[in-house]
Amino acid sequence: MEQIEFDYPSKRKVSRKAHVGVVGSGDLEVLLEPVEGESSHVFVRTSVDGFRDTWKAVLDRFFAKYDGVVRIQINDAGATPGSVLLRLEQAVEVSEQ
Amino acid sequence: MSYERDDANSINRQSFIELDARERAKALFDVGTSRELLGPFDRVESPWLSMQGVTPQADDGCVVMKGKISGQAAVVVALEGAFQGGSMGEVSGAKLTAALDLACADNEKGVPTSAVMLLETGGVRLQEANLGLAAIAEIMASILALRKHAPVISVTAGTVGCFGGMSLAAGLSSYIVLTREARLGLNGPEVIEQESGVDEFDSSDRALIWAIHGGEQRYATGLADALVEDDTQQLADVVRQLIAKGVPPVHRSSQVALYRGRIAALDTSRQWEPRELRATWGTSSSVEEKP
Repeated sequence: MEQIEFDYPSKRKVSRKAHVGVVGSGDLEVLLEPVEGESSHVFVRTSVDGFRDTWKAVLDRFFAKYDGVVRIQINDAGATPGSVLLRLEQAVEVSEQ
Repeated sequence: MSYERDDANSINRQSFIELDARERAKALFDVGTSRELLGPFDRVESPWLSMQGVTPQADDGCVVMKGKISGQAAVVVALEGAFQGGSMGEVSGAKLTAALDLACADNEKGVPTSAVMLLETGGVRLQEANLGLAAIAEIMASILALRKHAPVISVTAGTVGCFGGMSLAAGLSSYIVLTREARLGLNGPEVIEQESGVDEFDSSDRALIWAIHGGEQRYATGLADALVEDDTQQLADVVRQLIAKGVPPVHRSSQVALYRGRIAALDTSRQWEPRELRATWGTSSSVEEKP
């Protein structure tokens, strides 16, 4: 298991937290919480080692569109980059409802 | 109680099996009455998994919800079969035990509170071996304490099924609800094949597995109290009916003489077919009437 952390500059206040997904094979769990400040923190725990660059690429793409100030925790059980992005978007959808 | 297959309605019904543990638990309560206890944001997760290189889940695969069912207080504990096969570790076990104990305390204070366990589990989590075993012992003690006051209902819908130590927990509950897709048994098919060989049990033979462990067979041999379709509404209705029924006069697990008698009367010099057992052991309703 590998732990990876990232920070992204953000501005917009988010009102609700969101939890989506499950740590099942090929899937992941996302916990998204509003925080104070001007930076979002992402904490990833993944069962598959050695994919730091791929995680960075997926999260760079996500934060290119998303501007909420949040803390995101990802517990991953080998999800594909596509699944990761879909789960992140689902978490945003739940938190903006 | 058993429900006839209604294939015409299969498109309209909402599957229970396809729901995750949190959605399953919520679906059983009166609308708007449920709240989750120790949810994922409380981050009470297994301390042991990450030490062994396994990604933990923020709720340890155990969802506890309190609310009202038919206007009466109830707690629902749902195990997430997709996370580590729904296995019981130190944290998930403690959550289930604490939920049952709090329900028991409420009953003793005069607030009738029943419990529903949604069991999709292979039993003890091997990464937490002894702690998982201890947890299951505690769960069983808590079920025995609670079931004197209020019904404890086990539901296994599938697709994981209910095996290992948690099948004992199911066995102690007041009522067992299964679907045709569910499996219930102490040793799972792979374990039997591994221990006794493929001649004893072929774990790749799905028809054989369901003929023995399947929900329909368990119901038909009197080892379950209700057989339901994979239908959320129907399942919620059956749980309501069983709660209304209250504590059974005699629990299945107290009928020691009946089950010893059944085993003693079985001629083991020949191979029995699962269908013959249905005729010999009958349905659960006939079991309930015999003390």
